Amino acid sequence: MSEALHVHSGVEVGHDVHHDDHHGHHHQSFISKYVFSMDHKTIGKQFLITGIVWAIIGGLFSVLFRLQLGFPGQSFPILETFFGHWAKGGTIHPEFYYALVTMHGTVLVFFVLTAGLSGTFANILIPLQIGARDMASPFLNMLSYWFFFMASIVMLSSLFIQTGPASGGWTMYPPLSALHDASLGSKAGADMWLISMALFIVSSLLGGLNYISTILNMRTKGMSMTRLPLPIWAMFFTAVLGVLSFPVLLSGAILLLFDRNLGTSFYLSDIVVAGNILPNEGGSAILFQHLFWFLGHPEVYIILLPAMGMVSEILSVNSRKPIFGYMAMLGSLFAIAILAFLVWAHHMFVTGLNPFLGSVFVLLTLLIAVPSAIKVFNWLTTLWRGNIRFTPATLFAIGFVSLFISGGLTGIFLGNSTIDIHLHDTMFVVAHFHIVMGVASFFGMFAGVYHWYPKMFGRYLNSTLGYIHFWVTICGAYLIFWPMHYEGLAGMPRRYLDKSIWQAFNQFADLDKMITIVSIVVFAVQLMFVFNFFYSIFKGRKVTSTNPWGANTLEWTTPINPGHGNWTGEIPEVHRWPYDYGKDGREFIPQTEPISASESKH
Amino acid sequence: MANTATAQQTKWWSGGKSPFNLEYGKVMMWYFLMSDAFTFGAFLISYGTIRFSQNFWPDPNVVFNAFPGTGHTNLPLAFVSVMTFILIISSVTMVLAVHAGHNGDKNGVMKWLAWTIVGGLAFLGCQAWEWHHLITGEHITLIDGKLELIGQTTRHNPWGQLVDHNEMLDAIKNTPANVLAEIVHEQKHDSNLAELLKLPKDQLAGMLNTAEMHVREKGPVAFGGYFFGITGFHGFHVFSGVIINIIMLLMTRNNVFQNKGHYLMIEKAGLYWHFVDLVWVFVFLCFYLI
Repeated sequence: MSEALHVHSGVEVGHDVHHDDHHGHHHQSFISKYVFSMDHKTIGKQFLITGIVWAIIGGLFSVLFRLQLGFPGQSFPILETFFGHWAKGGTIHPEFYYALVTMHGTVLVFFVLTAGLSGTFANILIPLQIGARDMASPFLNMLSYWFFFMASIVMLSSLFIQTGPASGGWTMYPPLSALHDASLGSKAGADMWLISMALFIVSSLLGGLNYISTILNMRTKGMSMTRLPLPIWAMFFTAVLGVLSFPVLLSGAILLLFDRNLGTSFYLSDIVVAGNILPNEGGSAILFQHLFWFLGHPEVYIILLPAMGMVSEILSVNSRKPIFGYMAMLGSLFAIAILAFLVWAHHMFVTGLNPFLGSVFVLLTLLIAVPSAIKVFNWLTTLWRGNIRFTPATLFAIGFVSLFISGGLTGIFLGNSTIDIHLHDTMFVVAHFHIVMGVASFFGMFAGVYHWYPKMFGRYLNSTLGYIHFWVTICGAYLIFWPMHYEGLAGMPRRYLDKSIWQAFNQFADLDKMITIVSIVVFAVQLMFVFNFFYSIFKGRKVTSTNPWGANTLEWTTPINPGHGNWTGEIPEVHRWPYDYGKDGREFIPQTEPISASESKH
Repeated sequence: MANTATAQQTKWWSGGKSPFNLEYGKVMMWYFLMSDAFTFGAFLISYGTIRFSQNFWPDPNVVFNAFPGTGHTNLPLAFVSVMTFILIISSVTMVLAVHAGHNGDKNGVMKWLAWTIVGGLAFLGCQAWEWHHLITGEHITLIDGKLELIGQTTRHNPWGQLVDHNEMLDAIKNTPANVLAEIVHEQKHDSNLAELLKLPKDQLAGMLNTAEMHVREKGPVAFGGYFFGITGFHGFHVFSGVIINIIMLLMTRNNVFQNKGHYLMIEKAGLYWHFVDLVWVFVFLCFYLI
């Protein structure tokens, strides 16, 4: 028996892995400290800052195409100044419009809300909250960022080529995306999109493998799985989702690349382009949709779960109450992760999918409402009668819950195939997923940035700017996306360049103008946040205590500006779960404090 | 005893150690293999979807019947059996390398790794020959009422349904002289192609041994795409496995593992190698047997 329990030499946590770093971090060069850094905290910041740059680009794109949607055909001479032949005469060229829509989706879904959100916080939080000196493999972790960087470079370059970036929608459906002659964006831009995504998938895989093995293997003594803070559980499921769903997109992308360049017929059959009959036969465009959405649906949970995890943590810390239903939270994260893989065809109800099969996917889709509702009730009951501190992070976390409820409810509409057939490809869908996945996850991300900024940079973000940021963004988000539900219910299609020629949609012209104006205001306020972010790195109010929020988790036991290795001495041992707030008359009890004999049970 | 054992058991998950008693690299490798299995799974399921949506699919016994150095002898699946055998043997040598690693036997590790690398390279060589044979080997195919000579590429498939005799005779009438000359040359190897090309069409048609001509319609183009796509992707995995094994061999030679005191890296490389073999079993099943 003792032999079976013998622990491998070299398996013990954290020690031998980091020998090299310990004598290294006193005399690191600029390059090894800030550029090719193997410190998880620096890599996290690299992901965050790259994500911010992408968010500005992707957000700007949405402002540009909103100009077209709010003021169709109107001339804005400044556009021609900046974009030349893409906006001749100051109006957005149709090909440019589709490129903007496509890049907005691609950039925000993958580069901002996947890499920028889970890449950032998985990196910063996992080692700090589980009590590890770094990721399992700091080297692969560094590669993960640099693959993301390369993917970024390729995608960014595609914006500047003569024929423009991919423009077939962020879903890249063939045959449009597969045929060079089908549109401008289906020329070199589409190849660059596919190559960039392949690099991105490698990055996500390297990151995900690291997050999983770090969480499983590197937890400090006493940190059992059920003592893990909820963000860590969320990151764990996120990583598993990514590791198992991104490879399917890789397969789909490789086949599409072959169809584009090697004359294969995976997705193509019986097609006429510009009067030419193409020789391709026997392929199926629907096949790509299956491969795409097998990633595409888990992807929305890859985006959402980290936000859920961080919101749970932030709400518990700031309402000074234990999280309500820790095990229920965990179980619903698990249920969501499983169901995420079983619902992809609800994106395909109008493809000619067998209605019986559709009904199976309806059932599985609606089942997600159960764990989602459990989580919502748990957040609300965590806040209930709490001693809430309304920091900017708390406000964004509460905003997340609000948006998740609003957007989640419309998900129930869309999950029903009968209603979806009417609402499919209308503005209703745009409203739904922007609220529930886009803006909600952004709120989770903002909450995380405001909450952990002191840990990242040893300074606070400016709170006044934070409050302005929150109120303008939450009001703006609802002003932008709420009206879109009405447009969609009236049948207004998404993606169309100009809907003004339809009598039925004319009535929404003023509404669309309002949406556009609000989106410009919201975009401007995000720039204010970016200013706050960079200004505070250098000039923000300094953090003076190691645990400014009075939180229980391990990251607040490290020095204010932790070096590589996180803890100066031994890694602390954990004795309790992370949510002992307001217990036995004490405001908070850190995880490192042993359970005393007189303590009450949970 | 039982009680202490249970108490110890629960502590596997309590932090401070790996719950599986594995170093992180192996956990990573297992998750990576799961991920890669999804990549191949997506490919093979796509292949199945398209294949079973077609009315006709070429018979692997007809497509894969060649063996190097035997000319036109019909040897269905003989060559791919050799390839498969080579790959499975290379898994055995990998097991022996890992085993030698457990015993700290540096020379054993080097010997068996070297054989594994040889096996991998032999497999890749076989695959190169097979691809080359499929792409360049031309077959008489009925296209638009006339005969053409085409190979198996990503755009064309010469393995459709057999054309009946009278239809073939009709097609010969519509076929240009140069194609007929090439078919005659193919049938009579001692003939001179340059001279055949000078002959008129009627004379060439008379020279054809129509009794032994097997003419097929065009087959499904998807066949080539999936075959080259998936075996190519697998071949790329074998190639990267060979590279990994070469790196392992060099590291072993330079005493890296001996100094570490364990050969766990060889185990991880071994996991990858066995996985690549396992994938081949599925590829073999889906393309050659079914």
